Amino acid sequence: MTIQTPNGFTLDTSGKRVVVDPVTRIEGHMRCEVNVDSNNVIRNAVSTGTMWRGLEVILKGRDPRDAWAFVERICGVCTGCHALASVRAVEDALQIKIPTNAHLIREIMAKVLQWHDHVVHFYHLHALDWVNPVNALKADPKATSQLQQMVGPDHPMSSPGYFRDIQNRLKKFVESGQLGIFKNGYWDNPAYKLSPEADLMAVAHYLEALDFQKEIVKVHTIFGGKNPHPNYMVGGVPCAINMDGNMAAGAPLNIERLYFVRQRLLEAFEFSKNVYVPDVIAIASFYKEWLYGGGLSATNVLDYGDYELVPGDKSSEQLPGGVILNGNWDEVHPIDPRDPEQVQEFVAHSWYSYGDETRGLHPWDGVTQPKYELGPNAKGTRTDIRQLDEAAKYSWIKSPRWRGNACEVGPLARYILAWGHNVTYVKDQITDSVGRFNALAGTSLTPKQALPSTIGRTLARALEAHYCAKMMLEDFDRLMANIKAGDSSTANVEKWDPATWPKEAKGVGTVAAPRGANAHWIKIKDGRIENYQCVVPTTWNGGPRDPKGNIGAFEASLMNTPMERPEEPVEILRTLHSFDPCLACSTHVISPDGEEMARVTVR
Amino acid sequence: MGGERILILGIGNILWADEGFGVRVVEALHQRYELPEHVRALDGGTQGLYLLPYLEEATGVVIVDAIDYGLPPATMKVLRDDEVPAVLGARKVSLHQTGFQEILALLQLRGRMPPRLRLVGIQPELLDDYGGGLTPAIAAQIEPAMAMVLEILAREFGVMPTVRSNAESSCLAPAITRDAYESGRPSAEDACRIGDERVLVNWR
Repeated sequence: MTIQTPNGFTLDTSGKRVVVDPVTRIEGHMRCEVNVDSNNVIRNAVSTGTMWRGLEVILKGRDPRDAWAFVERICGVCTGCHALASVRAVEDALQIKIPTNAHLIREIMAKVLQWHDHVVHFYHLHALDWVNPVNALKADPKATSQLQQMVGPDHPMSSPGYFRDIQNRLKKFVESGQLGIFKNGYWDNPAYKLSPEADLMAVAHYLEALDFQKEIVKVHTIFGGKNPHPNYMVGGVPCAINMDGNMAAGAPLNIERLYFVRQRLLEAFEFSKNVYVPDVIAIASFYKEWLYGGGLSATNVLDYGDYELVPGDKSSEQLPGGVILNGNWDEVHPIDPRDPEQVQEFVAHSWYSYGDETRGLHPWDGVTQPKYELGPNAKGTRTDIRQLDEAAKYSWIKSPRWRGNACEVGPLARYILAWGHNVTYVKDQITDSVGRFNALAGTSLTPKQALPSTIGRTLARALEAHYCAKMMLEDFDRLMANIKAGDSSTANVEKWDPATWPKEAKGVGTVAAPRGANAHWIKIKDGRIENYQCVVPTTWNGGPRDPKGNIGAFEASLMNTPMERPEEPVEILRTLHSFDPCLACSTHVISPDGEEMARVTVR
Repeated sequence: MGGERILILGIGNILWADEGFGVRVVEALHQRYELPEHVRALDGGTQGLYLLPYLEEATGVVIVDAIDYGLPPATMKVLRDDEVPAVLGARKVSLHQTGFQEILALLQLRGRMPPRLRLVGIQPELLDDYGGGLTPAIAAQIEPAMAMVLEILAREFGVMPTVRSNAESSCLAPAITRDAYESGRPSAEDACRIGDERVLVNWR
């Protein structure tokens, strides 16, 4: 059967069905089903969040000033971006303005998180979709050294001895049988295209990335008081500044600590410039034929905008937001998260109930009422689903839409928006990196051809990490200048006491989270949380179809992708991983066992 | 204690009932005992890679966690060294994001596995109670688990923590200390508490 979706995709469910459950190497729990035609090309895709999402309801009746501490526990990855969205929502509701130092410290913390998350995602969760560590055992260390010097000439760790040493370590690890992190791969699948030398270089950088990520998170400890769960605070940041103070634990920020921070930020800048971005370009050049996976990014993208130079002034954003529709990069529609007509969530295909399911609800009026039922054409049982019926309800994720349009969110969406807004630094980054890709691959792609793809999504993330490193160095200089000018204020506590609050208030906090547009909406009544709704990035990207039949970003991205071997879903994992899916907050997670290999069923 | 660094690491998600056990033990330990300079009690939450630096610098580690051993609920079991990755890798009943066994594999690959590794595990009774606290049977194991950690510290790591004489602020944000978290829970009418039977039935 063929279905034409309003957003331009032709779905054909007649071919054999491939079920991947769970999708591995992601945060949280997710299932994916596709139909492939006789040439093993994906002609229908179904993305499902398999756990119930109940974050909002556990916050009812709590103190709004505490919400950040709960949302920080949703999952182990984006702790800070939920905490930040939460304090911003409360500050918006109560009209609290934060001091300059607090703004700058939050900016640095948010960008450190962005940088860290992007690096960890690429090397730890995504690289194995492109890189074959077993193949790296066949590499010639000398040739690897030459490759390194070609693609990343400024990176000091490039000697043949260095790569030989890494190769030996890898060999020992593989031979010990403790494959661990590498065991969920399909290492003899022809979908892997790197040379052994490129594979070895990538493995070496994977190990180096682990060293770097360890160092940069210390910035969170310094500004957030502790790690791995830094403190946030409504009205500012919970750290005092005393430039003459000592370095004792819990002591105020002083000059020595601030210079320690600057050193870490510089290292992050260098690593993204000399290693991360060149790696993505080099790896991409081996996959120049594989420009699949663009999906919605070719047409509709969305972000709220972030990184204001002047707190409270949207026009000063360094990654400005908005919505681009139908691939028209020349027109950016403004977005207002408070407008009840703009962002709405639908549940026609989600396991929730609304009164009228043809309508969407704005998050301030959002309802999270579970209703788990399978459609008439589902196969299996309620507790052991063999095949979903996507014509009915089929996911624990809701479907957010902007004025009814399905949109992709994430670093690629932000980069396309920045292009539309003519952000010079970003445009230069894109032009330069697509140029380097073309030079290596012998192609002549334009940014508009290269970006809306799986590879483009991965590249945009690397470029954004680098841009964040640049911006946070500037934030740091501004912070130092402000402190030197005599301002040591880090919190505004005028409205700390609930007695100063109005009887009822509502607010929204938005953050450019690593995975995309993140927003929390809060309603406060009598000093307590009356309603709380989060629309997180993976809700936008991973949500099911809406009542009109528009498919979301995950489903769209898989369409028309050929698979080498349907029983080895390398291509599906590669494209889904390029979104850096995090189902922990868009749904809830319990893994019944530690099975690492994705279970794949072909029917 | 030349060069010794001991880490007591509580892991788990406090938002999922007994899953929060490890964090709660560390919370109680931190509240009651003063630890020497070279010993750190850490609320690891569901963090994965963020924990790597703490593990790599440690010469001795005691992990406290809710583990599915397939034993009766509230059974406590202590494992040592090579037994630890084996059990954490065999079955994962947890919300830990980057599976903790993956972190152990990374330590191995990097050649930085802590020389002494202990796991104080508890068999959970209930996980699918979102927003809930520890069940009574599991809560009753906080004291014995803490005693076990103290015994390991004393016997195997030569560390004798002293009872705190002064009150100390919690190692968790005040809103999510065990008391505040469990007493502030909204009612079942206000906040639906069911989980996803499709996944949960498999576990039971």
